[in-house]
Amino acid sequence: MSEASGVRALVAGHGDFAAGLISAVEAVTGLGEMLEPIQVKGLCGEDIQQLLRERLQATGALVIFTDLQAGSCTMAARRLLRDMPQVLLVSGTNLPMLLDFVMSSAPTPHDAAHAAVDRARSAIAAYGGPA
Amino acid sequence: MTLVLNRIDDRLIHGQVVVGWGQPLDVRFIVLVDDAVAASDWEKELYRMGVPPEMEVRFHSAAEAAPLLDVYRTESHPGILLTGDIATMRELVLHGGVREVNVGGIHHRAGRRQYLRYVFLTADEQRALREVAALGALVTAQDVPAARAVPLEEMLASGEVAS
Repeated sequence: MSEASGVRALVAGHGDFAAGLISAVEAVTGLGEMLEPIQVKGLCGEDIQQLLRERLQATGALVIFTDLQAGSCTMAARRLLRDMPQVLLVSGTNLPMLLDFVMSSAPTPHDAAHAAVDRARSAIAAYGGPA
Repeated sequence: MTLVLNRIDDRLIHGQVVVGWGQPLDVRFIVLVDDAVAASDWEKELYRMGVPPEMEVRFHSAAEAAPLLDVYRTESHPGILLTGDIATMRELVLHGGVREVNVGGIHHRAGRRQYLRYVFLTADEQRALREVAALGALVTAQDVPAARAVPLEEMLASGEVAS
């Protein structure tokens, strides 16, 4: 695996989910280049899996962030994990999660991702509205 | 209620199916018909974990499913019938009484030509879809409920223009 790139994780999801979230990470932290957006429009499940595999190998990233648990990117990534057990998959990704991940000083990307998941959960709140 | 959607989608269970169609139609079960998935516990577990707890997934091979569809049509809650390819749906039109077919997603692969944003077909697949229609099923393409249902011939004509 290449360690040359600065990419620490792939982000994949529906529509422009990945590019949109990464643009938000860039706007907040300037660290958008640590995440690589995966564009899957028009691809079948097998091709998504192949694309994820190629990008993991090319970047040396060990984490994949996806949107929906049942989404085709999540399903494709889960198939990949069977023969890439070193890769960690996180679904239900949100912006606080990615911000925590790119700002993390954890020793491994896996540690950073687990901490980011905890942070993301606690960042969800609802305010106002009728009781 | 009954089977409210008979869908061909090579991604099988994914966001459009579970959320896009599943929520507005109040879908409580998915009948997933695919010989390879039905034969693999690992695949079944993968798809089962992708759906919310109130949704049930039943797995069958094509041969198993055809005679069961009438039973599923008597369920008290709405369900979706799902196949990953045209050939499997053709079996269910022939032997399972399916009369409406939704082409939900057949994605890019070598040898396929694009017809819609989410429909790519080989020449054989194009013929197979026409055959499904000739068997008496109403075939339309529609990825999500908010989109227009595109009649089969209109879709195929659009591909001929685009190529």
